[in-house]
Amino acid sequence: MTPARSQRMIADTPEIGEVTQALRDRLEAIWETKPGFVGWLASVDHKEIGLRYIVTAFLLLAIGGVEALVMRLQLIGPDRHLLTPEQYNQFFSTHGMTMIFLYASPILSGFSNYLFPLFLGSRDMAFPRMNALSYWVYLASALFLYAGFVVGAGPNDGWFNYVPYASREYNPGLNMDIYALGMILLGISTSVGAANFIVTVFRCRAPGMSINRMPVIIWGTLTASVANLVVIPAVSLAFFLLWLDRQFGTHFFDPAGGGQPLLWQHLFWMFGHPWVYAIVLPAMGMVSDGLPVFCRHPLVGYTAVALATVATMVLGFGVWVHHMFATGLPGLSLSFFSGASILIAIPSAVAIFAWIATIWLGRPILTTAFLFFASMILLFVIGGVSGFMTASVPVDWQLTDTYFIVAHIHYVLIGINVFPVVGATYFWFPKMTGRLMDERLGRWNFWTMFAGFNIAFLPMHLTGLMGMPRRVYTYPAGMGFTTLNLITTIGSFLFAAGVLMFFWNVVKSWRGGAEAGPDPWKGPTLEWAIPSPPPPYNFAVIPTIATRHPLWEDDLDEGRARSTLDRGMTLAHGKEALATTSLDGEPDMILKMPEDTLAPLMLTLALTLLFAAMLGKLWWLAAIGSGAVLAALIFWTWPRRQLLEREAAVHG
Amino acid sequence: MNGPLAYLDGFGRRADIVVPLTWAVTIISIAVCIVIAALLWMAIRRGREAAGVDAMAVRRSEGGMRFITIGLAVSLVPLLVTLVWTMSALAAIGAPPRRARVEIDVTAHQWWWQADYAGDQPSLGLRTANEIHIPVGEPVLLRLRGADVIHSFWVPKLSGKTDLIPGQTNLTWIEANAPGRYRGQCAEYCGLQHAHMAFEVVADTPAQFAAWRQAQLQTAPPAATPQQARGRALVEYRCALCHTVRGTIAGSNVGPDLTHLMSRSMIAAGTLPNDSAHLAGWIVDPQSFKPGSLMPAQALTGDQLADVTAYLETLK
Repeated sequence: MTPARSQRMIADTPEIGEVTQALRDRLEAIWETKPGFVGWLASVDHKEIGLRYIVTAFLLLAIGGVEALVMRLQLIGPDRHLLTPEQYNQFFSTHGMTMIFLYASPILSGFSNYLFPLFLGSRDMAFPRMNALSYWVYLASALFLYAGFVVGAGPNDGWFNYVPYASREYNPGLNMDIYALGMILLGISTSVGAANFIVTVFRCRAPGMSINRMPVIIWGTLTASVANLVVIPAVSLAFFLLWLDRQFGTHFFDPAGGGQPLLWQHLFWMFGHPWVYAIVLPAMGMVSDGLPVFCRHPLVGYTAVALATVATMVLGFGVWVHHMFATGLPGLSLSFFSGASILIAIPSAVAIFAWIATIWLGRPILTTAFLFFASMILLFVIGGVSGFMTASVPVDWQLTDTYFIVAHIHYVLIGINVFPVVGATYFWFPKMTGRLMDERLGRWNFWTMFAGFNIAFLPMHLTGLMGMPRRVYTYPAGMGFTTLNLITTIGSFLFAAGVLMFFWNVVKSWRGGAEAGPDPWKGPTLEWAIPSPPPPYNFAVIPTIATRHPLWEDDLDEGRARSTLDRGMTLAHGKEALATTSLDGEPDMILKMPEDTLAPLMLTLALTLLFAAMLGKLWWLAAIGSGAVLAALIFWTWPRRQLLEREAAVHG
Repeated sequence: MNGPLAYLDGFGRRADIVVPLTWAVTIISIAVCIVIAALLWMAIRRGREAAGVDAMAVRRSEGGMRFITIGLAVSLVPLLVTLVWTMSALAAIGAPPRRARVEIDVTAHQWWWQADYAGDQPSLGLRTANEIHIPVGEPVLLRLRGADVIHSFWVPKLSGKTDLIPGQTNLTWIEANAPGRYRGQCAEYCGLQHAHMAFEVVADTPAQFAAWRQAQLQTAPPAATPQQARGRALVEYRCALCHTVRGTIAGSNVGPDLTHLMSRSMIAAGTLPNDSAHLAGWIVDPQSFKPGSLMPAQALTGDQLADVTAYLETLK
């Protein structure tokens, strides 16, 4: 491209056009990922990255599940010795780390990555290269965190890793160093991803999509991302201070040197509790968007649900101490956090009643996806009321650190994350692959998972009320929880069988499922307006949005406004996307999107080298790693002419 | 609901306040689940369609917001009741009803419990381990400390948990209103043998408690037989590195005080019954019962073991 031509392009006003094959061919050539292994490594296509996230996270779900099954075999009866105490402790810690950090959040990032631009009518995320970076760093940190476990030096202090047990004096091995550094690395991935989601929501919506027309999952992911940006520094700091304590003998958490073990708990839970909401709010969004499609009725109370999502997180910043009720804090401060923890039930109740009203007023079609979404409502309520019980301080002093909490967290994480995610897979798999998942196998899948889950975890509340402490590698007979544990083990294997059916269904349908077509569920939102699987450029022309349900406008007939999907800006002068204003979604500027590049992968490798060097205290290697990080950043940010924005054009 | 650690019934002043609240929130919770399950079931049954998505147009029915407003209004009632009840229960158990006449310093170690009773004079103070005696009907003040890592003090039948954290002293109190043995358990994950870190609180009548206290103040009796004397020499030589037996030269504080070992019903922090067979087994091979325990295996000959056991059994 000559400078003169590029100069002329910047002055252009965007062309308006219709979808033609010629346009499609041109966009295809501009946007497609280059063939070959290097092309695959360099891809910045959000759909490619989203799928990688999803596949990796499901793989880690399976690994974490196997860890759980081994633990359930240990606990099947009293005084069993399948695992040594050290092995058991590493298993439960790694299980928690895997499910909470390496599955629950990344799986949602995967779906959001894949779906955001499709929901929003955009060609890509705001920062495609950062998107690739967040995936690669996630993968690197997963491998980093698991490196210890496979050689017997996995984390052994639970996912919340209390000091002083995590300090060098009581935990001299590499276990905690790997966990601390790996979590900081993962924090980079999460922060980068969160920033990308936020900017994408505020800048990359189709014209006309004001914020009150966004799908609810966008609200969920946006809220979760803002929360992540706010709280991840707390936990990264905590892990960094721990690493300093361990390696350099600082005393942040060491009472002998004037440090405070409780400082760890505050820093961790200031992050940890909002994090719990961050890994359920986008999943609740999946239900809010998916359920109405099968009810043939718009979501009841959209505004209330969107505001409740935000309200949950705002309150969620003020409840972290409910993880610390037994630490001897003064009664007055306990009562504040207790009150906030009870009242946080209110925004959750808004969502519950909105979903029930949607089913009630609609005409539900019982597809597998519907079953997963609808059952989530019940599991959410069970996990919610057990949380409400722990919000009452005197009751929590009994419940905390028993199996009641284990039951609670599994209703929250499996009920409000896994069930919606599996439902979302049934729902959006046709969009991602062009093929429908097998509905008959889907029924078996659903009922096995639903029965197995409840058989495993409903009686576990009773196990907790009988007083079984959590995180014990075995228990004596005669305590009243032998039978309950046996039932839980049986249920957990049934649940695992259900999850296997799900994986089998995915593989089977990917290979030979029925053709889905662009819109198998007759959905309301933009992703159903484009082919399945979507072309690399998503939308041949940028759609213009007039209502919250662009594809249901004829059915709903709410006024004359109609979205325009087949005519709009073509933006075919190179890799281009449209930026719109934050609130109203008015066209604002044309973004020049970056080409595929190896820079994110190189930066990830450099970061991993740096962290590995820090783990080994090889300072010369750390210096090389830092240099590599710097070099990758320079390579990444080196100015490129083709990334000049066509800003003036739209305003003119 | 009748396990040794179950807390839906209780035997103490704190439990009297907390158990009804626990039942109340449990019943509210179960009721909410049933109501929501019923609503969900009815909603699905009501409009269920056999047709596929293609056949059905989307339509909007009015009145959906009523579900949310009525649902919220109804939900607020149990929430507010619980909030008020919680605050008043918290206030009621925040401090003992009157000044406690018995004060105990409880120190948690990996993986056992040390209890020090303050006396009116220093000579009336005493130390024991893993079995805490209290007088029935009396509030007892506990000062809780963690010696190494964080532990949590929990006697479900009497009271909820309070953590024992290194570098700080937490206060709590218990009061039993019926004599008996109440099992306690460490409730904060504390490492390899968190599972085997139990203890017992024994609620005695005031007379029994006074007698127990008097007995615990005694030093160990002299060896009465040559075997006991040999055993005592071994204890002073081997066990004294970690343990105390008052009245001998064994005076170390790494492990539990053994001066009145045989007055306790369990050994190894609630792990094994305290009889001569288990005692001998524990001395020779603690790691098979409690892998990771800080008590090392003692390489003793059969005769030596018999001597040691014979002496330890005099420590009543």
